[in-house]
Amino acid sequence: MDLQTIWFAAVAVLWTGFLLLEGFDLGVAALLPVLGRTRSEKHLMLRTIGPLWDGNEVWLITAAGAIFAAFPGWYATWLPALYLPFVLVLLGLIVRAVAFEWRHSRSEERWDTAWTNVITGGSLVAGLGVGAALGATTLGLPIGADGERVGGAFSGLGWPALLGAVAVAGFALVHGALFLALKSDGPVRLRARAFALRWSPVAALPLLAWAGLVQLREGTAVTAVLWVVAALAVLLTWTRIRVDREGQAFAGWALVLVASAATLFGAAYPVVIPSTVDPAFDLTVGQASVSDYTLTVMTWVAGVGLPVVLAYQAWTYWVFRKRLSAEPVHA
Amino acid sequence: MDVLEIARWQFGITTVYHFLMVPLTLGLGVLVAVMHTLWVRTGKPEWLRMTRFWGRIYLINFALGVATGLVQEFQFGLAWSEYSKFVGDVFGSLLAMEALLAFFLESTFLGLWIFGWNRLPKKLHLASLWAAVVGSWISAYFIIAANSWMQHPVGVVLTEDGRPRQVDFLAVLTNNTALAAYSHTIVAALMVAGSLLVGIGLWHLRKRKLAGQPTTDVDHVVWRRSVRLGGWVTLAAFLLVALTGDFQGKLMYEQQPLKMSSAEALCETEAPAPFSIFAFGKLGSNECDDVHSFTVPGLLSFLAHNDFSTAVPGVNELQEKYAAVYGATYPDDPSFGDKAGQPIDYTPVLAVTYWGFRLMVGMGAVSAAVAAYALWSTRGGRVPTWRIGVYGSLLAVGAPFVANAAGWIFTEMGRQPFVVVPNPDVPVGEQVYFFTAQAVSPGISAAEVLTSLITLGVVYGVLAVIELGLITRFVRKGVAQQPSPTPGTPPEGAPESDDVLSFAY
Repeated sequence: MDLQTIWFAAVAVLWTGFLLLEGFDLGVAALLPVLGRTRSEKHLMLRTIGPLWDGNEVWLITAAGAIFAAFPGWYATWLPALYLPFVLVLLGLIVRAVAFEWRHSRSEERWDTAWTNVITGGSLVAGLGVGAALGATTLGLPIGADGERVGGAFSGLGWPALLGAVAVAGFALVHGALFLALKSDGPVRLRARAFALRWSPVAALPLLAWAGLVQLREGTAVTAVLWVVAALAVLLTWTRIRVDREGQAFAGWALVLVASAATLFGAAYPVVIPSTVDPAFDLTVGQASVSDYTLTVMTWVAGVGLPVVLAYQAWTYWVFRKRLSAEPVHA
Repeated sequence: MDVLEIARWQFGITTVYHFLMVPLTLGLGVLVAVMHTLWVRTGKPEWLRMTRFWGRIYLINFALGVATGLVQEFQFGLAWSEYSKFVGDVFGSLLAMEALLAFFLESTFLGLWIFGWNRLPKKLHLASLWAAVVGSWISAYFIIAANSWMQHPVGVVLTEDGRPRQVDFLAVLTNNTALAAYSHTIVAALMVAGSLLVGIGLWHLRKRKLAGQPTTDVDHVVWRRSVRLGGWVTLAAFLLVALTGDFQGKLMYEQQPLKMSSAEALCETEAPAPFSIFAFGKLGSNECDDVHSFTVPGLLSFLAHNDFSTAVPGVNELQEKYAAVYGATYPDDPSFGDKAGQPIDYTPVLAVTYWGFRLMVGMGAVSAAVAAYALWSTRGGRVPTWRIGVYGSLLAVGAPFVANAAGWIFTEMGRQPFVVVPNPDVPVGEQVYFFTAQAVSPGISAAEVLTSLITLGVVYGVLAVIELGLITRFVRKGVAQQPSPTPGTPPEGAPESDDVLSFAY
């Protein structure tokens, strides 16, 4: 395998890691008004992701950084084409990050409620926005011969963006519910489980449709198998929730994402951005990548660094493994 | 305004804003880690209270720093896509390494520190904070290495299509420009943190004394220690800031002479060259000869070359030299947008470089003076009640922030009209360089960038007001409000308590 392929795979792994990890904290945040009835229940929900969300978000920074580092042509075509949507995502992430930190800085209930709502709103915007960007990237952006966007500020936002947005948001909602079922106790746990049981088959549909479309267009036999694995994993998840095996259900749902993402990236390769204007303008891995020397340096750095990161992040999850339960609100 | 101009304003505003949080994170992180270490080693309650009080301010500020840092990474692609393509072989990898090797470390271990108060063994918990602090320092190095490569591109060769190809990653990482800028930035960050301790500590000490509160209790000790620690850190850091700044300046005279001559408004080449104290005249016209200044003879020669007589090239001579080598007008090429075919002004905006430099040095000196006053006025257990001195110190908390911002504005504006400045150590035909006018994204509209500039500006403004409000409120309350849990591993099966978590969330 050449270095460009390795780095395409690395980018795919980083994005999948981001969706898998930040996926549940975005989902928990979005479900705050749905699953948390009282202030202390919402508080409990936030505590399940409190120590983890910041580390999870670094996956996004690393995923975007890896594209810049390995495929600057991709980075430079992708971001301006979706300029305003990306700015919206950034705004969502900014207000969300400060809200996590600030909501406990004052004890008034109104203050707390306002920032809790900001967390929910910011998370929704970020999840939908990232989904839209990824959907448009894998299904096609209006890219002209010069690699620039054809049309106005919103010309990149067609049905592929909508499909991606719904797919990522749907995945995150169920993922968040399953995480809550696994990490909390009391009424929130029961409600989360019921939510996942009802909505997991529905939420999987746009994700499977998205992966399926890319598969139909450019997939291989291997990615076809991966797509089937994703579909079967939905079934697995659903049956595991039914018998109250929360850990297995969470793992099953994670497999839905991993297999779908593998289908998406695997089928799309070596195209990184298909052009909806003319297939001749498709941007490929070869056109977008940096020199072999730089890729070699980065391969060494990532080869040493990534296992270390994975080890200490896994350890964090171990430290905070305990199930949390709501306590009466302290006045 | 065209896309280029709006995009430059956006980059400037978001970067300076982000860099208000960064030095506080870098500087205060270390001081909090030292306090925490002293508490673990001595078990004295004042160190725990200091850790938790200053740690809280560190965290409130950290949140906004992280949030605004996201914009930094993305805007290279959003508004500066041609730049991203041009420097892709070098610049992107530094950002990616920062994320992988530093930012993960910082974020993950900070989470462990915040939430680990009674989950982790004492020493492991302390080690988490140090890991986070080390992460932020490594992070700063990668970012400064990336910036320094724009100031002084090394480790690359020019390819046939006119772009740099990386050939020596180690050279990029050990760029002398980066080493100089990094040491200067890190000590400047310590001044920010030190001044904060001094200003807030003095204010509380005075307030307590006027209210007749005892000088023997823990809180008194906390504020006194904070002032003494902050004062010494600020003074020591100021000394190092001057030394590293002098070193960096001498390097700049070789690498970017026009930036340094503009900082002095030195129009004609002079030997010995004088140092300007104050300038008047039409700095804004950007015609160097409209400027007059009060000067100290020979000092500039010394600052540039370590002796009092060597010639320092002036703005006018350098402008001509650059025009001869890199062209008097921008190429008539669509990639230069409105600038195509226009004359190139190699002199950065004089008013900005000249006053930016002076604001940096001046505000740094103000911080040092305040630190000296604080140490002197608290000697031998004394508590100052001089209103002007104490309130002045509180106000001067802002001085090193201004100095830091001014320093970066000077560095970045002084690099214009280049975004990647040619490296004078490389033969002229083989130099890698890139004009700012070429760097902006060609496919986006002015309306888009203006929309994002306004939205980001409004959101940043609102967040700044809230952050300042929160910090002020928190500072006013003082240390007594801090719950002091008993850190350490709780007994098995003990319920999780909200009180502990409320430290941060």
